[in-house]
Amino acid sequence: MAKVALADWKEQIRTPEIECMSRDEMAALQSERLVKQVKNVYEHVAFYKKKMDDQGVLPGDIKGIEDIGKLPFTTKEDLRDNYPFGLLAVPQEKIARVQGTSGTTGKLTLASYTQKDVDVWGECVARGLVMAGLSSADKIHVCYGYGLFTGGMGLDLGAQALGAMAIPMSSGNTKRQLMCMEDFGATAFACTPSYALYLAEAAAEAGIVDRLKIKASINGAEPWTEEMRKKIESILNINSFDIYGLCEITGPGVAMDCIHHKGLHVYEDYFYPEILNPADQSACADGETGELVFTTLAKEGMPLLRYRTKDLTSIQHGTCECGRTLPRIQKFTGRTDDMKVIRGVNVFPTQVETALLSIGGGVAPHYMMIVDRENNLDVLTVMVEVDEKYFSDEIRKLDQLKAKVGAVLKQALGVSARVKLVEPKTIQRSEGKAKRVIDNRDL
Amino acid sequence: MSISNTIQQLSVFLENREGRLDEVLKVLAAAEVNIVALSLADTSDYGMLRLIVSDPHKGRAALKEAGITAMLTDVVALRVPHATGSLCRAMHQIVEGEVNVEYMYAFANGSDAAAVLKSDDPARVIDILKGSGFDVYSADEAYRANQ
Repeated sequence: MAKVALADWKEQIRTPEIECMSRDEMAALQSERLVKQVKNVYEHVAFYKKKMDDQGVLPGDIKGIEDIGKLPFTTKEDLRDNYPFGLLAVPQEKIARVQGTSGTTGKLTLASYTQKDVDVWGECVARGLVMAGLSSADKIHVCYGYGLFTGGMGLDLGAQALGAMAIPMSSGNTKRQLMCMEDFGATAFACTPSYALYLAEAAAEAGIVDRLKIKASINGAEPWTEEMRKKIESILNINSFDIYGLCEITGPGVAMDCIHHKGLHVYEDYFYPEILNPADQSACADGETGELVFTTLAKEGMPLLRYRTKDLTSIQHGTCECGRTLPRIQKFTGRTDDMKVIRGVNVFPTQVETALLSIGGGVAPHYMMIVDRENNLDVLTVMVEVDEKYFSDEIRKLDQLKAKVGAVLKQALGVSARVKLVEPKTIQRSEGKAKRVIDNRDL
Repeated sequence: MSISNTIQQLSVFLENREGRLDEVLKVLAAAEVNIVALSLADTSDYGMLRLIVSDPHKGRAALKEAGITAMLTDVVALRVPHATGSLCRAMHQIVEGEVNVEYMYAFANGSDAAAVLKSDDPARVIDILKGSGFDVYSADEAYRANQ
């Protein structure tokens, strides 16, 4: 409706005192918070006390942010082992909210927030909304899913912190989304980039683009390309922004890109990023690709030290053209494991295997996942071998098996999959690491 | 009546990919298994090839050797005279007997036709048909049809 050209853009910064802080001041703030946080987790989280004791590190050894490398790591497995509330640094009655994502074994990864954590989360998202040119006068149509998934709630909290109007649409039902978007006069919307493009094309097809008041979109939770951003921008005549986050750390609002689109600014006053060499976990220099690791400097409910995201990226410090000194992480180049993000949902191949085994016969636990993007939506196809014993000459029985596998996969993955039955022993067996995923999306 | 009058159909699961049917037919030809009748059912992602052949066991072994999934299925081959309404009368008896027919296909066999029937209870189908004056082909007759 009203795309603003870079030359005409007036940068707004919600908290310039933080977002434009000098490196020294930021390091001092981070040091103060880290020292406090380390002492806190050592005293209140048995898991961290043990880890630090085992590693021979005491809270007193951490004098500033430069000592962060001495601290132990936290992994997704640690979260799973301590599910649901084992990593809390406060009593459960202080927890105001939980959010979660699907995990590798069907169990959730659960994150717990105190009211202050919720407020910080909203504040960080609000900084991003301002970065996208929005203010308290805006109406933000949120078509991320609401529920345990952090997408819907995160943007909602951000709108609230900003004082803007939140329109809690949740996902699905494109026609209704467009109708409300038009009727309510939404000025921004938030959802996964693939859904944003889908919505944009649906709006264009319905001929209503000119009737929309949208000026910006905030999209994240799955990887997307510059081309895709430009396409969304050109169809709707808006500015689109990339938001990043993970529920373990807080949810969306850990980082976001500004109008210059030269990486996502990390809110490092709360979430301290490290980029580490995957081979030996040594620190990478700016521009070098490694694993992104976060420490939550001020979280109360479930603080995490050096949480390994398994996302591969690089970081740039140095002042951005927008004026912010917050470091920028680049779009992800991959993962250190074979997790795939499909329609915003994290899917691990091992989940497919576990689900197939749970059926208890009919199909062999040999499979191939194929991820495609059709009409801008991610489509997951799972090729499954029919067990020779259950092979039937009746199509009805094979179709029943197919439907059953589909239902079990949907339940386990949280995203629907097309099931393709294939002949026994036709999926590649390999010694060691089998290739289980083919990603045909051009990301 | 025993179920000795059922015949064995060779059922082959075919993935929808280029040349798969050709592979199956080549294997059968190389093993000198003659195809008497054939029906191919297709779905969006796989096909089901059903065959009456000269030697179903040999055919299955050859396919298995070649890594192709095949199974033997008991079916009934009904002799249908070339006269209007004869299949209709036979089906009527089966329906009356409350047996479900899963699928059916037919081939010409000399002066008559053979209707291959897959049901949930082949022995009962044979009883019903024979009891109402219809004839079913023995395995030997079916496997050597038109020879």
